[in-house]
Amino acid sequence: MNDARTSRTAGAKEAGGPAASGADNAIPLSPSRRAWRAFARQRAAVASAVFLAFVVALIGLWPIARHPAISSYLPEAITWSPTALSEAQFTPPSPAHWLGTDVHGRDLLSRLVSGTGISFLVGIVGAGMSLLIGVLWGALAGYLGGRWDSVLMRIVDILYALPSIVFVMVLMAVAEAPLKAHLTRALSSAAGEWASLLLLFIGLGSVSWLTMARIVRGQVWSLRARGFVDASRALGAGHVWILRRHLLPNLAGVVIVYLALTLPSVMLYESFLSYLGLGIQPPQASLGYLIADGAGNINAIRTYWWLVVFPGGMLAVLLLALNFLGDGLRDAWDPRSIGQ
Amino acid sequence: MTAYILKRLAFVGPLLVVISFLAFVLLRLAPGGPFDKERVPASPEIEKALRARYHLDEPLGQQYLRYVGLWWEKTEPRGWRRVNGGLIVGDFGPSLKYRDHTVNDIIAQALPVSLSLGALAFCLALGLGIPLGFHTAVRKGHWDEYAGSLLALLVICIPALVVGPILVMVLALKWQWFPVALWGGPWHAVLPTLTLGLYFAGRIARLMREGMLGVLPSEFITAARAKGLSETTILLRHAFRLAVLPVVSYSGPLLADLLTGSFVVESLFQIPGIGVFLVNSALSRDYPMVVGLVVLYAVLLLVLNLIVDVAYGLLDPRVEYE
Amino acid sequence: MLVACRGPNPAADLVIINGAEPETLDPALMTGQADLRIGLAIFEGLTRFNPTNAAPTPGLAERWEVSPDGLTYTFHLRSNAVWSTGEPITADDVVYSWRRVLYPPTASEYAGLLFYVRNGEAFNTGALQNPTQVGVTALDVRTVRVELQNPTPFFLDLCGTPTLAVVPRQTIERHGDRWLCARPVPASGAYCLEAWRVNDRIRLRKNPRYWDAANTRSEIVDLLPCINANTALNLYTSGAADVVWDKNLVPGELLDVLLRRPDFHSYPVLGTYFLRFNVTRAPFHDPRVRAAFALAVDKRRIVDKITRGGEQIASAYTPPGVPGYEAPVGLSLDPGRARDLLAQAGFPGGRRFPACDYLCDTTSRLHEQIAIELQAMWERELGVRVTLRKMEWKTFLVAQRDLAYDLCRSSWIGDYNDPNTFLDMFMSHNGNNRTGWKCEPYDRLLREANAQLDPAHRLARLREAETLLVREEVPIMPLYFYAGLEYYDADRIHGIFANVRAEHPLRAIWKSPPAGRTLAQP
Repeated sequence: MNDARTSRTAGAKEAGGPAASGADNAIPLSPSRRAWRAFARQRAAVASAVFLAFVVALIGLWPIARHPAISSYLPEAITWSPTALSEAQFTPPSPAHWLGTDVHGRDLLSRLVSGTGISFLVGIVGAGMSLLIGVLWGALAGYLGGRWDSVLMRIVDILYALPSIVFVMVLMAVAEAPLKAHLTRALSSAAGEWASLLLLFIGLGSVSWLTMARIVRGQVWSLRARGFVDASRALGAGHVWILRRHLLPNLAGVVIVYLALTLPSVMLYESFLSYLGLGIQPPQASLGYLIADGAGNINAIRTYWWLVVFPGGMLAVLLLALNFLGDGLRDAWDPRSIGQ
Repeated sequence: MTAYILKRLAFVGPLLVVISFLAFVLLRLAPGGPFDKERVPASPEIEKALRARYHLDEPLGQQYLRYVGLWWEKTEPRGWRRVNGGLIVGDFGPSLKYRDHTVNDIIAQALPVSLSLGALAFCLALGLGIPLGFHTAVRKGHWDEYAGSLLALLVICIPALVVGPILVMVLALKWQWFPVALWGGPWHAVLPTLTLGLYFAGRIARLMREGMLGVLPSEFITAARAKGLSETTILLRHAFRLAVLPVVSYSGPLLADLLTGSFVVESLFQIPGIGVFLVNSALSRDYPMVVGLVVLYAVLLLVLNLIVDVAYGLLDPRVEYE
Repeated sequence: MLVACRGPNPAADLVIINGAEPETLDPALMTGQADLRIGLAIFEGLTRFNPTNAAPTPGLAERWEVSPDGLTYTFHLRSNAVWSTGEPITADDVVYSWRRVLYPPTASEYAGLLFYVRNGEAFNTGALQNPTQVGVTALDVRTVRVELQNPTPFFLDLCGTPTLAVVPRQTIERHGDRWLCARPVPASGAYCLEAWRVNDRIRLRKNPRYWDAANTRSEIVDLLPCINANTALNLYTSGAADVVWDKNLVPGELLDVLLRRPDFHSYPVLGTYFLRFNVTRAPFHDPRVRAAFALAVDKRRIVDKITRGGEQIASAYTPPGVPGYEAPVGLSLDPGRARDLLAQAGFPGGRRFPACDYLCDTTSRLHEQIAIELQAMWERELGVRVTLRKMEWKTFLVAQRDLAYDLCRSSWIGDYNDPNTFLDMFMSHNGNNRTGWKCEPYDRLLREANAQLDPAHRLARLREAETLLVREEVPIMPLYFYAGLEYYDADRIHGIFANVRAEHPLRAIWKSPPAGRTLAQP
């Protein structure tokens, strides 16, 4: 029944563009090629992809502007270091500082760029871990069923009930010194300074896979209930083949949508940790830290609006882009339902 | 179905034991104790006496059994007596930070506040989210779908940290429609509910939309249309049942989170709920309070997850239970 | 338009935002300033504090005699001192309260205040089993005799603190640990505890049986907890609170605007923000390195740009305001000399200086901001790169206690108005030292000072000791002296005075109606 639906709805989408239908009828395209075509047709998704690529490039190239060889040719406003203090405390956006400065006179634009980079890393690692661990766990639980399903999902229930903030706190307090010593010995002292950031990634990632596991398990459960798994087994298919050909493609839609929801929730959780004072070590900054800092500034007497608007706006735009991208990917790859 | 429910309920007890033990141990791994202060007491004997008073110098297993209530002490002249209280009679122990209160005292005072705020936020989230998601799915391709989707996404992207103070600044200080903080009459509940509920309204709108978009192309919908049923009946009676499933499965944990309070909203509006306590007691190493709150949350979560799974089965007739 | 919050009926006469939620209202156990303020309202001791200058004045004791050697005090209790429930307050109550503080199972963290009493420390550490040998006795129903170990000029200050306040014996014996949840709680002070909702409000009602009830100005006082500075400001601005008196509840970025407002008050208090050096770790075992770090810091910039509350920069450790005491001059900004000292110590230009870290905690954004400034200063002036480590509070305390740091931020608020509260913590075996610094001459100077009867000689010794601390050995670097920051409309709120202890007894505070209405008789 699913496969029948696939062809019909895919066909319905393809028939949307007049030029395309002719081409499709002439040369049969593989599903992947069809998917890319469909993706390209989603304007919002493509624009988002371009925007995100631009942001990533900006983050990567930003430190180069500070290099002494070329910094003299560039406008001063883009050559500030994110950790350089100055006397210009709390200045609004101006030609010297395009996004203004904070309490230490540090330029907000450079902090925003480097902070976005860190938040991206945080989000990607968190989403990545949730993808890896969560999908495997949930798929296994839903597929195996019976007692294994029970045990695996009860473990998820137990871990879900434990407060994540305690876990993150314990992890960072207990593992920081040994990890730092290890990294300094193994690589260099600069690597050692990344120890706390690494721990933050691990901590955030390990609390975000639980929901994904539950969602995936629910999906696999209802997919199994539709009988084609049993039918495939009756036809002699192996477990891995079933997982690869039937289950994972059907899961792609749900997983993509939930990934698109996990990334923002990991970033916002990091912002919450920064609000509590846990999280990023100074003088590094993350988008979450900048937002938490800026939000503390909002009051009726005098708000330094640039400290809130720019980080908040950046987060909003990033998350919008990620969501549109996720929508586009889901529409393209899984034009069938993500329904139950 | 009943067998399934009973089986799940049977799990609740053992799960709570495991959860309470893990929570008990997890916090103790963090450095520092509940009585560490900037100002050290004048003699080490005072610290020792303090720890002895709350049995923190005993081995971990013994502390846990004492906490559960399964520990017996010798009494004069002969015989054994079970220690007072314990988890098995519902006594969560004394709070190590708020030393004049027990954890039960604090939960009894603070939980109803969080429950009301959480329930209000939940109603707001469902009441705004489901219609918005429904509408944007049905009107896909039109301008009001883009506007609705954008609105839902925007609300997800702005954290409560930012929404709260802005609402207070505009609605409470500038226009003076609502009080700025605290908890008292119905007017006090509006801003916190908005701050808490808007984000979840956005998420539910997204999930509802995905659910509808997934169900609308189904065969049985096409069949119903072919049969000549009115569009409204199709959408509301047939499609909605299945489309709401992702929202239902999300609602379980959501409600559990909301009912146990939100740290950000409660500290922003100075609301005497339970949300601030979980974070603060973890940071203060108030062991009984953390374990008590974790057990409370776990009970809520397990019960709500069960309700969600049962609702799943009722809504989607294709799902069967083992 | 509904603006003010409708609290429980009837409305309070005075609503004060007190700071964090009190951890306990048991005077023997309380340590936080928010707790201490409420504790003093409910329970009183032999002396009480004058609202204008926080000097000790007769409380439950109407007069006292001091022996010529300064070791014996004889207090005479008032005949009209009664509990709020009607029973008279007797000398036995005083003796019971003090013994309870020293009794080891009570585990009172401020029991050290009673170590000045003969055998107080011995009883508390368990060396002495018999409480009757502690130097406080009831001579008769209304006379208490106290014997001290050494002449202690600030002993009357101590008698006014909540730790030495008089607590109700029967209630404690009947209800045990939860005696403060019983209603009514017999009060020996100006107010009774009427209601306590955790994290919501504490309601105090005037104690009509208090010996000075005629001068208690407000009938009902509500104390609200608050943890967010902007929320406190909003509550004050909207009129829901009359007073905010916790300096942590002032939004730092707004201080320059707030200081210009007439209803914002900033005044020096007895507290110091300082840095500790871990003298057990190289290279900070070398006093030249420590002095170099201290000389490289521009404290003026920190006070002007970061804290901005009108604080004074600190060169010595003891804040000004202690009567008769002139603190020595410590190390001031001198980057040239700092670099010379560092070069002498073997690190010219900061080269080959080992990695070192600066610990700060997360209880306030201020600590992080100050840390960032300090880091930049040391890098710029000395060429040394210090790593910042921000830790959560309890983890920070453990690192500090275990000396697992190179530099860390610290602060200290004085318990009583005397330099000793600041200086005795750096004696070699004091638990509050936490720098690893052991200096026999310093200990000797302090012991000599505290055995002195003549105040001038005593203060001179203390000054010598402090010179050793802040100028020569430099195990700590004082940064600035705290300022009390409070919001209240001085035209309407009366009875709050600026004093170095930031003591504002509730009994003296009252609110007058807004201008234009007739003044009700107090």
